[in-house]
Amino acid sequence: MKPRRQRMLLVGLVLVGVVVSVTLAFRAFRENLVYFFSPTQVAAGEAPDRAFRLGGMVVEKSVTREPGSLTVQFALTDFAKTVPVSYTGLLPDLFREGQGIVAIGRLQGDTFVADEVLAKHDENYMPPEVKEALAKTREAQAQ
Amino acid sequence: MIPEIGQFALALALCLALIQATLPLLGAARGRADWMALARPAAAGQFVFVAIAFGVLEYGFLTDDFSIEFVALHSNSALPAFYKFTAAWGGHEGSMLFWIAVLAVWTLAVAAFSRSQPDEFASRVLGVLGIVSAGIIAFALLTSNPFVRLTPAPFDGNDLNPLLQDPGMIFHPPMLYLGYVGMSVPFAFAVAALLTGRLDKNWAKWTRPWTVAAWVFLTIGITLGSWWAYYELGWGGWWFWDPVENSSFMPWLMATALLHSLAVTERRGIFKSWTVLLAIGAFSLSLLGTFLTRSGVIISVHAFASDPTRGLFILAILGLICGGALLLYAVRARYLEAEGGFKLVSREAALMANNILLVIATGAVLWGTLNPLIIDALGLGKISVGVPWFNMMFLLPMLPLAVLLGVGMHTAWRQMSVPPLLYRLRWLAAIAAVAGVGLPLAVFGAASVLTMAAVAIGIWVCASALLDPVRKLISRTGAPLTRAHLGMCLAHFGVGIFMLGATVVSSYNFELDTSARPGDRIEAGGYEFVFRGLRTVNGANFVADEGELEMRKNGELVAVLTPQKRVYRVQQSPMTEAAINTNLARDIFVALGEPLGDNAWSLRIQVKPLIGFLWLGSALMALGGLLTLTDRRYRLVRQEQAATNTAAQSTIGAA
Repeated sequence: MKPRRQRMLLVGLVLVGVVVSVTLAFRAFRENLVYFFSPTQVAAGEAPDRAFRLGGMVVEKSVTREPGSLTVQFALTDFAKTVPVSYTGLLPDLFREGQGIVAIGRLQGDTFVADEVLAKHDENYMPPEVKEALAKTREAQAQ
Repeated sequence: MIPEIGQFALALALCLALIQATLPLLGAARGRADWMALARPAAAGQFVFVAIAFGVLEYGFLTDDFSIEFVALHSNSALPAFYKFTAAWGGHEGSMLFWIAVLAVWTLAVAAFSRSQPDEFASRVLGVLGIVSAGIIAFALLTSNPFVRLTPAPFDGNDLNPLLQDPGMIFHPPMLYLGYVGMSVPFAFAVAALLTGRLDKNWAKWTRPWTVAAWVFLTIGITLGSWWAYYELGWGGWWFWDPVENSSFMPWLMATALLHSLAVTERRGIFKSWTVLLAIGAFSLSLLGTFLTRSGVIISVHAFASDPTRGLFILAILGLICGGALLLYAVRARYLEAEGGFKLVSREAALMANNILLVIATGAVLWGTLNPLIIDALGLGKISVGVPWFNMMFLLPMLPLAVLLGVGMHTAWRQMSVPPLLYRLRWLAAIAAVAGVGLPLAVFGAASVLTMAAVAIGIWVCASALLDPVRKLISRTGAPLTRAHLGMCLAHFGVGIFMLGATVVSSYNFELDTSARPGDRIEAGGYEFVFRGLRTVNGANFVADEGELEMRKNGELVAVLTPQKRVYRVQQSPMTEAAINTNLARDIFVALGEPLGDNAWSLRIQVKPLIGFLWLGSALMALGGLLTLTDRRYRLVRQEQAATNTAAQSTIGAA
């Protein structure tokens, strides 16, 4: 083979390799995206079959657990709809009733079974997704 | 009165920065020695006034001057003096002033140690640093003034975020900033080289130690941050691919690529334009990191501000500085000619592959970090990128890179034939393969293919890094290894140690969430724990419930662990203080959860094998970098050039 042909072949192979790996990377990326849903969206049946993030306010006096058990039940609301949540494990320091939180998990029947509960570093903090979802509810109620 | 002095000093610093940003650059372009001579005094003066401003802010913290809004928001009279001092960078405004102060320190260092360089070049470097400094000082004065007053002054302050009340917080931000901001120095060198249109081996030899120094600080800073997250955030993770972590990690990856590219430029006079591009890229990513953490687009413990004008301002600085540099690169890069070539099997080729793989990894992290922000800004929904994707996209380029590292270190410059290379490395490869399969199985009883491969590669890197020093120890012939060479071996050994730690702790982490009543016995990860109950502990500014656990191995008492759940008095926020028992082989990590009713508490118990290797490996990387800095040739280059410069000047004088 002439050096020129050889070089073209090399460039072609590298190009094919790059295209294949980029395609695979983006496919994996899409599969690893975790979407956010509000209780209203969940109630409307929009939530997917896979893991997603659910955010809202922890309803006052909704946190219950069997004494001594690690499993806790509570309800998350965006003041329009409410979704019951179940979680087994240690809750974050700033988990409180009346606090905005985000839970990651999936729906089992009507209950959202969370693998992880996030409440961020500041007691006045409201996850931006939750803030927006609450604002939407308020708008809907005003109309 | 005193806070106003601080503000005034900062305004004066801005004036000096503007002089430093304009006249020396113009002078270099027009050959006016008097304008160029302004660069050093302007840099020194700027340093003095920035130091005054920072000193005033510290004075405000230490004397509890709550009439300063920033002090009132981030301090409290009951805060230990230690933390009052560090609280100065515990909020947005103060941390920007700190950024400015760190840049002033770097600028002063460049001004002091650049006397061996031609005046034209040195004034261009200082001029570019002046542009950066002017931009950030203007940002601080216009949008984030730390000296704003509160009237009436509150009786007491709001206290520092309890998460930041930790010894790790004293060193993490300064180290990180020294690294982050230090990237401005190679950036300024690169831009100055583009302006001059000349970039030779001496340029690379001179840029390299500065890059290594910034890289060392960045390495230490990121490691401290990861360590702090591990023991202070309370739940035992050490890397979360959080946007804020990524924003310091991306400049690190880019700087690592830059270091290796500079090695080629220094040795062979090639890869010039690529080196310049990496220097621009590393600093651009530092500025991007500042934007991400300081603009409020990301919510985390680091993101204090949520004022949109601040974000726009930083974005404008980012666009101007990086866009300008890239434009200059587009126009001038063709003047940077390569001085030689190389073959497919050579040190140069290995380092080129290193650069490509590091840039791919940086690109993947950048994509995963920015994508959710872009999707959100376009109103297409709220998404987050799963950790598994980051892990995969990072490992895919990094595992081949680590394999290649072991080969590249022993490949000759220009070209090398394959048989001697294979002959040299055959035993190392065999040892690594056998140990990679055997060790995990022998110690832990089971291993996945990925674990075995990663352990084998980690051992391969360690062994390959030790090859040269060990041979030298045995044979004792020829010249001793240079410090730069030893430093490289040490840093690469650190990479191998880090890989082993990361692999083993990710594969064999044991974690148990459980509920315990006083007197309960818990079996976890080969240890037995006895929960002895709780007591109340009073700290300087917090109250804590402290659990007491006996930790036993085969019936013998190893340690008594006392995890705490603290409530800080002023902010009333609870915080988990984990108890950690450390030795080289493993950490035992116990965190206290919450009361579960019926006298029970939730506990998290983790056994983390080899997690210490993460910090040890990173420390070795940083030490390796420090060792290369002490190499003779960096001292020689300064003396040689000083000599030639004096000689040149005396010739001019004679003429």
